[in-house]
Amino acid sequence: MVAIIDYGVGNLFSLRSSFAAIGQEAEVTSDPDALRRAERIILPGVGAFGDAAEKLRKSGLDQAVREAAAQGKPLMGICLGMQLLFEKSYEYGEHQGLGLLKGEIRPIAERIPAGLKIPQMGWNALKIVRKAPILKYTEEGEYVYFVHSYSAVKCEDSLLAATEYGAELTACAGKDNVTGCQFHPEKSGKVGLKILKAFCETEAGA
Amino acid sequence: MITKRIIPCLDVKDGRVVKGVNFQRLGDVASPVELARFYSENGADELVFYDITASAEGRALFTDILTETARTVFIPLTVGGGINTTEDFDRVLKCGADKVSVNSGAIRDPSLVGKAAKLYGDQCVVLSVDVKRVDGVFRIFAKGGRENTGMEAVEWIRRCVGDGAGEVVVNSMDTDGVKQGFDLELLEKVCAVVKVPVIASGGAGKIEDFITLFRTLPGVDAGLAASIFHFGEVQIPDLKRAMRENGIPAREEKTEGKTC
Repeated sequence: MVAIIDYGVGNLFSLRSSFAAIGQEAEVTSDPDALRRAERIILPGVGAFGDAAEKLRKSGLDQAVREAAAQGKPLMGICLGMQLLFEKSYEYGEHQGLGLLKGEIRPIAERIPAGLKIPQMGWNALKIVRKAPILKYTEEGEYVYFVHSYSAVKCEDSLLAATEYGAELTACAGKDNVTGCQFHPEKSGKVGLKILKAFCETEAGA
Repeated sequence: MITKRIIPCLDVKDGRVVKGVNFQRLGDVASPVELARFYSENGADELVFYDITASAEGRALFTDILTETARTVFIPLTVGGGINTTEDFDRVLKCGADKVSVNSGAIRDPSLVGKAAKLYGDQCVVLSVDVKRVDGVFRIFAKGGRENTGMEAVEWIRRCVGDGAGEVVVNSMDTDGVKQGFDLELLEKVCAVVKVPVIASGGAGKIEDFITLFRTLPGVDAGLAASIFHFGEVQIPDLKRAMRENGIPAREEKTEGKTC
């Protein structure tokens, strides 16, 4: 069973529907014990980093996520959920993340030429850097749907895929059982569903 | 490179798609759910659903249809029509909409865009405008284009974007239905003042109209149309191919056929 963490940020309807579409049982939950029972965990999220990190902490779900990650349980962050996996973010101040992946979240405005619109909103192509298990069905150049104004930098060897938007922006990152997608796999048509399917097939174990 | 988006628009009344549909491959040509599925499997980058129902029963039916569509279609869905309050935002977002489009609702309550942007984020709020030239000035029309508000269009758009609208659908009433191309003059004026994505609507009659749009105005992010797609006058895969041949970035689905 896949647990989709509900901590009061974002709309989980599509995410739950997309697991149903690939024949995977998924439960939307805000119960830390449900995360302990789950085989795999999705950390979603839209909105501002500081607010989301605070909600995750207040609900005690951050501990459950850390435990699950330490046990080697497959964990995938999506969009802001992906950003929360990193050490810190500079979105409106400086905020601590979960620190499960090396790197930090910075405004894309710092890296892309003026004149490009922010947020990056729309379909962009993936450049695969390392063919990790979650990308096993994904081909170079396939398109996924992005909506973001911030992105992960200094990911070092956890960078799995990038996308070109005036600069190379982190699209996918991961290390062992912890992975994240900056784009929305649940809104990326067949390409996105294949990434969720690959995630459901990853093995536990750090 | 980020791609230019192609967006079919489905006007839904009493649970059926209006403006006519002419696809032999569809069992029920006026079923919004089937049509949405067809488009998502045939290259549409996003879908817009407009609820043009007036009755309460019609509205409930629309919500059911939206839910059913969002269960099976995994591309972004924008929903508009009858959005007057933040409760209306809530209602359609819970049914699986990703973005919500406001038009007359924002004119009636000019604080709606700002309130919704705070609650759901700028990326969720789409400003939709119906614009028509009146004595040489671009004016905003309300109530499905029936009422001249007297407001100057570019100023209204600038104001709403300032309040938090994350995207603008610019529908030109002068070119709508004429099929002689998009309203480049109007769109150029809008692109000059806003930094959020601009979606062109009204006037597409053939593939070349989209090519002209994106070549002339690089600031336009997407092209929206209804009947030319519904009647099969323009097939989206052909349109995408023509865009790529003309150096306009367009999404291509490499994996054909079934999911996974």
